[in-house]
Amino acid sequence: MIQIADKAIDIQACIDAAQSERAGAVDVFIGTVRNHNKQKEVVRLIFETYDSMAIKKMQELADQACEKWEIEKVVMVHRKGVLEIGDVAVVIAVSTPHRKASFEACEWLIDTLKQVVPIWKREVYQDGEEWLEAHP
Amino acid sequence: MKYGINLFGITKEIIGNTYIEIEMEDKTSAEQLLERLKNDYPKLKAIKSLLLAVNSEYAEKDLVIHFRDEIALIPPVSGG
Repeated sequence: MIQIADKAIDIQACIDAAQSERAGAVDVFIGTVRNHNKQKEVVRLIFETYDSMAIKKMQELADQACEKWEIEKVVMVHRKGVLEIGDVAVVIAVSTPHRKASFEACEWLIDTLKQVVPIWKREVYQDGEEWLEAHP
Repeated sequence: MKYGINLFGITKEIIGNTYIEIEMEDKTSAEQLLERLKNDYPKLKAIKSLLLAVNSEYAEKDLVIHFRDEIALIPPVSGG
């Protein structure tokens, strides 16, 4: 299951979708919106996505993970739109026969998602807004 | 003929639109189109990295672009 979601992510539905009778482990990463970044108080976030390419890139990452590790199922769901503090921004769930691969694959998937999937985060502060990572 | 370019994040803000059209020769390279955009909108030069995506794939510098291609300007991504 690979999705860009414009409403709250159902974490349990992600776990259910990852589960498999052949799996002995489901590792779940939940990325949430924190209230500060680099000493600045964050009020909320806005995620913008290039949907068609983001889905394609996430699918490629899932395929690559399945080549690197013995995996049963991969679920990747990322939010777009306005998110408040504490909201779930991203869920990645990976099921594998043995737990080590599920930890490793899940970490690799979130790390690589951050590097290549066309999603942009705009932080809103009390006194302004900023696209992250835009300037050196 | 014109290349249509989808804009996201800070590039949308700099150019002031979600989509622009740029008049150039057909079979322009990705690098040439990027240079043209930076020339037309100098504030793009201040961005940490700027890539073109062509048909939902990151484009190498020498990739030849056609008018029918789906093109997007990709500033540094920050998902997750």
